[in-house]
Amino acid sequence: MPELNTSSLPDLIFSVLFFFMMVTSMREVTLMVKFEKPTGTQLEKLARKSCTSFIYIGRPTDQYIGQYGSGTRVQLNDAYAEPAQVYDFIMEDRGELAEIDKPFYTVSIKADKEAPMGIITDVKQMLRKSYALKIMYSAQKPND
Amino acid sequence: MGKKKKVPGLNASSTADISFILLIFFLVTTSMDTDQGLGRTLPKPPEDDEINNELKVKERNILNIRINKNNDIMFRDDFTVTPKADAHNVLRLDPGEALLIKQETMRFIANKENNPNLPELKSKDVPLIGRCMVTENHVISVQTDRGTSYGVYFMVQDIIVSAYNELRDELAKEKFNYKFEFLSKEQQAAIKEVYPQKISEAEPRQYGKAL
Repeated sequence: MPELNTSSLPDLIFSVLFFFMMVTSMREVTLMVKFEKPTGTQLEKLARKSCTSFIYIGRPTDQYIGQYGSGTRVQLNDAYAEPAQVYDFIMEDRGELAEIDKPFYTVSIKADKEAPMGIITDVKQMLRKSYALKIMYSAQKPND
Repeated sequence: MGKKKKVPGLNASSTADISFILLIFFLVTTSMDTDQGLGRTLPKPPEDDEINNELKVKERNILNIRINKNNDIMFRDDFTVTPKADAHNVLRLDPGEALLIKQETMRFIANKENNPNLPELKSKDVPLIGRCMVTENHVISVQTDRGTSYGVYFMVQDIIVSAYNELRDELAKEKFNYKFEFLSKEQQAAIKEVYPQKISEAEPRQYGKAL
């Protein structure tokens, strides 16, 4: 029986590898807040993930609950923050984008469905102040 | 001329394994999940001189939906509904009540019967569709208290968007025989002109006053 020629196998796998490297993005941050997204039926997909910043809002995870209490908190990058710090966060994140990508800059708000609206309104006001006007309320499809 | 030396071939049989390991590493560390949700555009921050000449909107053009800190939803001054916790402790509206909000919102957006209490209709020339009556000045405003649960706020937003989508689908089927999502970009733009999505992201000073 003739042996199968496998000399092109590495090239093949490499192409698959490069494909995955291009279409996926690195996992963003380690989450320090627990959140369960609200469910909705009319969702649209986030168009450009590379031009997006994420703001997480929820209660601290079990690991941090002793240190920070169980009140709802905002997480920016890898640390808890006050809503007022959103301004600097946006300026920094948007500054890293190329000039042509800036009109597509979107902020995705990943908030827990039990979070009070007060904190979300505070964050929204800071977003307005920093002219990050395109936002998205992150959600999921109902499972059933 | 020296003797031709034969170069021994490099044993490359393990390259496949190496690249497999790399591939698996990338599969594990990256995420493919595409984020989804409801997109919104916030209004520009108020300039100092703009604060006084606030945009005046006629009473009939506003649909006020207010949610208080007990998550009771008040639709205009017409009715109030309260979402109840289900088996998973998630606040949900009774399907009948959700449908009622959706239908009332649709009635408000379209104002097909030209009711004087619903938004004013204006004649407008829309490409591909022609002249039609549009309620282009309507605004839907969702006002919340600081204690309102985000989940309930989101649920109301979702119902409003579903009202818009149903109206757009209806018109798309009537004019172009297809659902909105299957239309061309120009056709979608035309339909969006007839039913523009106008949901106000309420100013904070409004909710202190309203509730």
